[in-house]
Amino acid sequence: MDEQSKMTANAQETPVMEPGYTFGTVTEKISAIVLTRPASNGWFVGFGIAFLMTMMMLYAIGYLFLKGVGIWGVTIPIGWGFAIINFVWWIGIGHAGTLISAILLLLRQSWRNSINRFAEAMTLFAVACAGIFPGIHVGRPWLAYWLFPYPSTMGVWPQFRSPLMWDVFAVSTYATISALFWFIGLVPDMATLRDRATHPAARIIYGMLSLGWRGSARHWHRYETAYLLLAGLATPLVLSVHTVVSFDFAVGIVPGWHTTIFPPYFVAGAIYSGFAMVLMLAIPIRKIYNLEDFITELHLQNAAKVMLATGLIVAYGYGIEAFMGWYSGDRYDAFTLWNRLHGPYAIPYWSLLVCNIFIPQVLWIRKLRSNPVALFFVSLVILVGMWLERFIIVVVSLSRDFLTSSWGMYYPTRWDWMTYVGTIGMFLAAIFLFVRLLPMISIFEMRTLLPEAEVKE
Amino acid sequence: MKRERMYGIMAEFDSAQALIDAAKRTHEAGYNKIDAYSPFPIEGLAEEIGFHRDEVPLVVLIGGIVGGLTGYLMQYWMSAVDYPLNIGGKPYHSWPAFIVITFEMTILFAGISAVFGMLALNGLPMPYHPVFNVPRFSSASKDRFFLIVFSSDPKYDAAGTRSFLQGLQPRSISEVPS
Repeated sequence: MDEQSKMTANAQETPVMEPGYTFGTVTEKISAIVLTRPASNGWFVGFGIAFLMTMMMLYAIGYLFLKGVGIWGVTIPIGWGFAIINFVWWIGIGHAGTLISAILLLLRQSWRNSINRFAEAMTLFAVACAGIFPGIHVGRPWLAYWLFPYPSTMGVWPQFRSPLMWDVFAVSTYATISALFWFIGLVPDMATLRDRATHPAARIIYGMLSLGWRGSARHWHRYETAYLLLAGLATPLVLSVHTVVSFDFAVGIVPGWHTTIFPPYFVAGAIYSGFAMVLMLAIPIRKIYNLEDFITELHLQNAAKVMLATGLIVAYGYGIEAFMGWYSGDRYDAFTLWNRLHGPYAIPYWSLLVCNIFIPQVLWIRKLRSNPVALFFVSLVILVGMWLERFIIVVVSLSRDFLTSSWGMYYPTRWDWMTYVGTIGMFLAAIFLFVRLLPMISIFEMRTLLPEAEVKE
Repeated sequence: MKRERMYGIMAEFDSAQALIDAAKRTHEAGYNKIDAYSPFPIEGLAEEIGFHRDEVPLVVLIGGIVGGLTGYLMQYWMSAVDYPLNIGGKPYHSWPAFIVITFEMTILFAGISAVFGMLALNGLPMPYHPVFNVPRFSSASKDRFFLIVFSSDPKYDAAGTRSFLQGLQPRSISEVPS
C-alpha cells in the first residue's frame, strides 16, 4: 500500500462523523439533549459541587474586599503571586476555543465542526475566570474601571506606553469578539430549538435568541461572509492576546522575564493547555451524552497531535531560555537558570519539566492517543504543568532579582487557594449549565458534513 | 373568499439539490422576487436566486479603518496633547508603543461591524415574518428546503405561479398569508 492509500484507509477508519445520520437525526440527537433529556442525578451532583466551589470563591473575594490583598501571600518583592499566575493560566486555556473555531475554519478542517461550539463556550468561561483576577488584584477593586480611558474629572488618562494597558485592550477585545463569535454561531441553532421546543417558555426564549432567523439564502450568504471575516479577524487576535500577555513580563527587566522568546512560547503554551482542557471536557461529555458518533476517535487523535506539537514548541522555549542563560554571559540570567534548577523552587520547576515535557511524549504512541482514559490523564498532567510554568515565571524571577537585599519568598495562603479552586468551580458550573441549556455541538455545521448536503450546480 | 393579498407561494423540497435546481429554474423563468430557505448554508444558492451584492466585507473594512484610526488618534491625543506625561524619557508621541492598542481596536471595531452589519443587512432581529405562518415551515430549521415566490414579483399571478411551482415537483405547496 502506498502512502496515499494508507492515509485514505486511516481516514476511513476514523471518520469525522459515524455514517448513517440524516439531517433529521443529527438535529434530533443534538437538540434532544437540551429539549427532552431530563437532567440526571449525576448532573445535579456535579453542578451542586461546582456551585459550592463558586460560592467559596465569592466568599474568598468578599473577605478580600473586606481585608485587602494582605490576606494573600503576595508581598514585596513578589507582588504578583496567584492572581497573575491564574490570570495567565485561564487566558491561555481560552486560546484553544478560538484556535478551533477560527484558525481551523480558515484551514478548512471540517473535524472542527463537532467541537467548536463547546470549545468556544470554554473560551468564554475561561476568559471570564481570567478577568476576575486582575480586577481583584488592583488593591482597590472598586476603582478597577480606572484601567479604561474614560473622560474623568481628574483630567488624567491611562499610560499607553505600558504593556499592562495593552493587556486591558487585548483581553477585553478578546472577550468581546469571542462572545460575538459564539453568539453568532448559535443563532441558526437557536432557530432550530425554537421550532423544536414544546414548552412555551422555551419557545419564547429560544425564539428571542434566534433573532427571527429563517434560513433565507440571502441571510446565509451574508452570514457566511461575516463568519469567515470574523474568523480572519479572530486569528491574529488570538495570537496577539497571549503575545501581549507575555509582554507584561518580557518588557520588564527582571532576569527570566526579559527575553524575546516569550511571545511565541506563550502562544504555544496557551494552545497546549487549551487543547488539554478541551480534551478533559470532551472525553467525559461524549461518553455521558453518547456523542461518540460525532466526537470520534479522529477528534481525540487530532487534539492529541496538536498537544504534542505545541508541547514540543514549549519544550523548545524552555531549551532556549536555558541556552540563553548560558550563552548571553549575563550572570543574572545564568543565576536564574541555576536558581530554577537548584533554588528554593526547584521542586515546582522539575515537576514542570516532568508534566510539560516528559510525560506528554507518550502521545507519540498511537494506541494511547486513541485511548480516552489515558488522554484524559495526560491532559490533566499538562494543565498542572502549564500552571506550574506560570508559577515559575512569576514567582521564581521576582523572588531572586539583582540584589540579595531584595530577595524574598512567596507562600500562597488558603485565601489564594480558595480563590483559585473557586474559579475552577465557576468554570465548571458554567459548563454544566451550558450543556443543558444550549446545543453543545453546532447543529447546522454538522448538517453540512453529511453527504446529502453536497450539491452540484 | 380569498380577497386578502397573499405574501407569496411557497414550495417545499426534500433535498438541497432539488432546492438549488428549482431556484435556478424559477429564476430563469423570469421570477426575480424569490427567496430560498434551507437548514444550512448551501454554496451557490444565493446566486441562483439573483443575490450578487454582499455588502458585509465593505462594512467590515470601514469598521476596521474607523477602529484603527480611533485607537491611534485616541492614544496620540491623550498621551501627547491632552495629558503629556514624561514616562522614562520616552517621547510623548511614542508611536511604536501605540501599535498594539491600535491593532486591538481595529479588530474590535471590524468584528463588531461584521456581526451587527450582517444582522442589520439581513434585517434581523425580526421576530415576526409571514413565512412563519406556514406550519410546515418549522422544518426549514431541520431537514426541509423551501422556495418562495413573493406576490410583489411583477410576474406573480396566483394560479400561474402555483402551477409553475407544481411543475418543479415539490413535496408540497403552501400559500403564505401576509
